[in-house]
Amino acid sequence: MKGLSIENISMRFDLKNGNSIQALKDVSLEIEEGQIITVLGPSGCGKTTLLNIIAGFLAPTNGEVILNDQVVLGPGAERGMVFQQGALFEWMNVRSNVAFGPRMKGMPKSEQNEKVQHLLEIVGLSDFEDKAVYELSGGMQQRVALARCLANDPDVILMDEPLGALDALTREKMQGLVLKLWKETGKTILLITHSVEEAVLLGERLLVLAPRPGRIHKEYKLPFAEMGSGMDLRDVKKTEGYTETRDEILSIIWEMEEEIMGKVESN
Amino acid sequence: MAILLIYIVVFVAAFYAVKIVTKTTTSKKDYTSLKTVTFGDESAVSPNRAASIISVLSIFMIWAAFTGSKLIPFHVPGPFIGELNFTYTAMNAMGETDDAQVTVVVYDVQSGKIPKKPNIEPGKGFALNDSAKIVAWRSGLIKVKRNDIGGKDSGYKITSINGQKISPKEEIFIDNARIFMTAKGTLNFVPEKGWQMQPVWLPPPEDVWSRLIWVASEGYKNFTLSEHLGWSLIRVVVGFLAGALIGIPLGYAMGLSGWFRGWFDPIVEFMRPVPPLALIPLVIIWFGIGEQGKIILLFLASLWIMTISSRAGVSGVKISKIHAAYSLGASKSQIMRLVIVPNSLPEIFTGARVSMGVCWGTVVAAELVAAQKGAGMMIINASKFQMTDLVIMGIVLIGVIGYAIDILMRIAENYLVPWKGK
Repeated sequence: MKGLSIENISMRFDLKNGNSIQALKDVSLEIEEGQIITVLGPSGCGKTTLLNIIAGFLAPTNGEVILNDQVVLGPGAERGMVFQQGALFEWMNVRSNVAFGPRMKGMPKSEQNEKVQHLLEIVGLSDFEDKAVYELSGGMQQRVALARCLANDPDVILMDEPLGALDALTREKMQGLVLKLWKETGKTILLITHSVEEAVLLGERLLVLAPRPGRIHKEYKLPFAEMGSGMDLRDVKKTEGYTETRDEILSIIWEMEEEIMGKVESN
Repeated sequence: MAILLIYIVVFVAAFYAVKIVTKTTTSKKDYTSLKTVTFGDESAVSPNRAASIISVLSIFMIWAAFTGSKLIPFHVPGPFIGELNFTYTAMNAMGETDDAQVTVVVYDVQSGKIPKKPNIEPGKGFALNDSAKIVAWRSGLIKVKRNDIGGKDSGYKITSINGQKISPKEEIFIDNARIFMTAKGTLNFVPEKGWQMQPVWLPPPEDVWSRLIWVASEGYKNFTLSEHLGWSLIRVVVGFLAGALIGIPLGYAMGLSGWFRGWFDPIVEFMRPVPPLALIPLVIIWFGIGEQGKIILLFLASLWIMTISSRAGVSGVKISKIHAAYSLGASKSQIMRLVIVPNSLPEIFTGARVSMGVCWGTVVAAELVAAQKGAGMMIINASKFQMTDLVIMGIVLIGVIGYAIDILMRIAENYLVPWKGK
């Protein structure tokens, strides 16, 4: 069966002081091929833990992740990652960064170059092949990171707050780019974010996680990603239902945050 | 003390002079000049290049002025050189008094010309004229009573000099000299020393320069200058390379494996604060004073620095870079080669720079202790013969080479790890 399925994942680890933390509890999720899913939740709800488990950097204490009928046991090229920032290799120029995955597979140099050129065109960085990555702005660096991930042609793209460090304007442009890439490549994308707006705009499905223990609190099926791949994101924000959805989710998150604060204070 | 005061005066005077000059000549309005808050703003402080030039020049000038250099026209007063006279009044045992003149020739022994004692007419009376010669910067006893008639009698004494009363353990000043009467009534003559330094303490710049030319052409103690400096450099390079060759892999192993880190941590953490100079005695006992001992010492000096810097380079790699590489399908060896090693290069370069500096200092110290050739041997040997000019020349060359090494390392760093700090 094609797709990503997360089955009853629990994650519990012991702290040095004897306590233990239940980061995730019985999280189950079926993701069909080509879906874009955003994951939202207050800080400490286990979003990043979930992503790291899917990526294979962490082994869950219970449950398993199955991608295309294969149990995930460690990191692999079929699950690409895009990180917040600073995950590019500064010692390589843009071309070598993007070509990193194909190079690991042993793809011939000429094919690599072709692929790099094609991908940079898609992310809007044509003719930047020979630039050093530290010469690029934050937004451009994230474009390179997206291209690097796509170069490997992964089945699933996992994004860990990829736009978190960008300024508002760049972020909006990049949101458009993510949707465009999703539509053009048909990849399955799982994106973690702190921004409710971003989650509503980009998520075909939106998962709200609740903390302590981390679990899926609510799931939304939203039409805005589909719209956004064809029209300006600002117009999407004006469509009916957008504001209501955003406010509803925002108040859920607020409530959870307040609850956490209350617990901290009563301690 | 006077030199320090002069230096402060030059510092302050140059500051105001440059300020006035730049105010009248430039009206440049760059970004920094428009800042109203500069005190405390580090980015607004850039080194004033005029100050740097004046700083170097003023050190040179003060050096030249205080050593009577021929390179500059003005000097602080030198020691008195030439002939001077004074008159003393003696009283003999019978209570009679008589005057006699003393002629003193003060000469510079460095010039190589040693004058004869001037011939003096004895004069009349029982006190007879004397002459003496004294080297500049030194003092001498002038036994004026010796040739006087009745000068050896117990009551015979000198009562005044140039009309100024004097008695034992007292001193008087005449032009260009100080005269002190010892307890036994002999005159100790101290010619004016001036403010200039004796060459044996601080030779003038041109002496240092001519010594450089001399050593460069003649060599020193069976080795040419370039052999002395070259040997020091070779020791440093070989010792450093050996340290890097062992230290970098060791640092990587410590950064990547808990067993290695646990095993070597106590050793590295203990050896790191031990100054390499403290190892010299042990190294000499174990390996002797030959090349082997020196290279092992330098190896030990650079080993710990290189180990720690490469360990820091490995530990400093962002986990997201490693994760990204794994997600792109890289194997362990590819991650090592393409991520960990390049990521640690900036740290390793910093370590290499520190290490080269430490090695250069250590090699000179090791050569001071025992060596047949090398920059340190050259200056310690020269100091034994009071060749201060050679000592200063050596120190300047050691400084210049140390600076050059650092600059070369920085150039290499900019070229090889351009992403450092970005």
